[in-house]
Amino acid sequence: MQFNRLWTLFVARNREFLRDRAAFGWNFLFPFLIIGGFGLIFGGDRYAEYKVGVFPVETENAVPASLDIPEQFRRTQYIQFVGFKTADEAFDKLKHYRIDFLIKAGPPPYPYWLNNTSPKGYIVEKIFRSSLLPPGQSLPAQKNEISGRQIRYVDWFFPGILTMNMMFSALWGVGYVVVRYRKNGVLKRLKATPLTAFEYLSAQMLSRIFLLMFTLAVVWIGCDLIFSFHVEGSYVDLAVVFFVGSLSLTALGLVIASRGTSEEFATGLLNFIAWPMMFLSEVWFSIEGAPYWVKSFANIFPLTHLLKAVRKIMNDGAGLIDVGPELAVLALMTLAFLAIGAWLFSWNR
Amino acid sequence: MALLEVKNLIKKYGRTEAVRGVSFAIPQGTCFGLLGPNGAGKTTTIEVIEDIIAPTKGEILYKGRPRTDTFRAEVGILFQQTALLSFLTVHETLATFQNLYTKTADLQELIAMCHLQDFLNQYNDRISGGQRQRFMLALALVNKPELVFLDEPSTGLDPQARRNLWEVVQKIKAGGRTIVLTTHNMEEAQALCDEIAIMDYGRIIARGSPAELIKRHCGGVTVELPSTSFNPSLPPLSVPFQVVQDRIEMMTDDLNGFVAELVAKNVNLKDMAVRSPNLEDVFLTLTGRQLRE
Repeated sequence: MQFNRLWTLFVARNREFLRDRAAFGWNFLFPFLIIGGFGLIFGGDRYAEYKVGVFPVETENAVPASLDIPEQFRRTQYIQFVGFKTADEAFDKLKHYRIDFLIKAGPPPYPYWLNNTSPKGYIVEKIFRSSLLPPGQSLPAQKNEISGRQIRYVDWFFPGILTMNMMFSALWGVGYVVVRYRKNGVLKRLKATPLTAFEYLSAQMLSRIFLLMFTLAVVWIGCDLIFSFHVEGSYVDLAVVFFVGSLSLTALGLVIASRGTSEEFATGLLNFIAWPMMFLSEVWFSIEGAPYWVKSFANIFPLTHLLKAVRKIMNDGAGLIDVGPELAVLALMTLAFLAIGAWLFSWNR
Repeated sequence: MALLEVKNLIKKYGRTEAVRGVSFAIPQGTCFGLLGPNGAGKTTTIEVIEDIIAPTKGEILYKGRPRTDTFRAEVGILFQQTALLSFLTVHETLATFQNLYTKTADLQELIAMCHLQDFLNQYNDRISGGQRQRFMLALALVNKPELVFLDEPSTGLDPQARRNLWEVVQKIKAGGRTIVLTTHNMEEAQALCDEIAIMDYGRIIARGSPAELIKRHCGGVTVELPSTSFNPSLPPLSVPFQVVQDRIEMMTDDLNGFVAELVAKNVNLKDMAVRSPNLEDVFLTLTGRQLRE
């Protein structure tokens, strides 16, 4: 292997990425938009998980305080009340899952309606009925609250978006780009030089890791200025975990890049891998309580282990030793992906 | 000793035999042309020699030995169709490729020889067809190769751009380098090649210098007449003829006698053209088809 050839390709690939202004801008803008958007939606006091229709009410944007419904229910957090002038109008919305629950304003008994197939409607009914209990009634339950610093939703969500962005960038930036190069003959042209496959793939991988870490730093700083993220653990430990994670994700990209000349097929394959990985790695929601096989299946994805380690450090103050198992799995996955990618790689097929 | 020797080369794609037992040897410092119509197997042959695709059977010797890892460092290739790394200027692309080799040409000399000065700072995909081919030729020469492969170098170029490219190829030739050229353009083959192998359906059907091939296969001159000059009731002529679009072509060793025969048979000679035979005629004679078909 000649380091000069590897460096030359590394520089050329970085130039390509940095000069492609549309792709370059999007790589930074996308995570900002997602985090900003979700921060606004979930971070403020106005976030509502359930929508409850009330009729008859003159305005759609009903002010809860003015609604003639049980006070305890009216004060429930995370419920948005939507006013309807007529029952027919409200029934139509309930039928089409536009609202989760419907109640008629007025004195008791309070008539209410829900869609039997709506899980949210079922939950709201429970909330509604419990709100009708007489005040001061002693319940056979004891309320306790977690003490210490609270983890804001955005602090839990932020690592997910960052790592998801890394995943897409690694898979498409290597997998798709190399397949495109194979199709349009760039790889054929490079094959005609003394460049070896190992040198070429190493340059691709190192370039992508460099760009991933660079993008990560810029997005982190930008988002931190807006949301003031709290990191319980060490930034150095985070950087190590992100680096190992980007290695494994980029190596997975190399496996996809190893064969094929069809961009359509590569896109299909990338989606086939990226979408389950995104949903099962707990980027968007927890899979706690999901069937055992789902949780086991999620472990085949590097993003699962990367995200777990990042959240442990960021949210729980874990150190490198605490995230050792995740790092070990990521390292093993990297080696396995590299071995498969190198074994399968072809310059022109 | 031949610089490159190809022995009984066969390349199959499934049941299709693209190259069927091709053999030739190329002496150092010559320009060897593979001439043939599209689909004759020229590009497959050259890409097997270049080590881009693997042969099904056959032997390829470079400097008398099977090719080794150093082969790629010693040859330069201009592919028929290829793309380059995006968002790099012409100069940056040249420098990038130069860095992939140990032995390299002087970039300034290369730029001057291939006339790249005017578009050096443009992105490599934002240049005209003629500029692109000269640039690709410069890329093929960036490692000072002993052997240069040019696969259909002037395809798609206008006549002026084609002449400019040929000029550069002549300079490479004058520098003593060995060139392997594929083309379906007989003018190009005639202008650049010292020796030609005519390929058809994966086989070499004739071989020699352009002059030898013409002399061997097309002894006389070609007489061309518009089809309208002939009366359907005309008695048969003494030489066979070919209908080419709206013209009739006849080949004869005795021009004076043949013209006298045409006059005697009252053929209108007003639009008659006489030309010396070329490689196109050689191909026509050998296969009954034109190169462009």
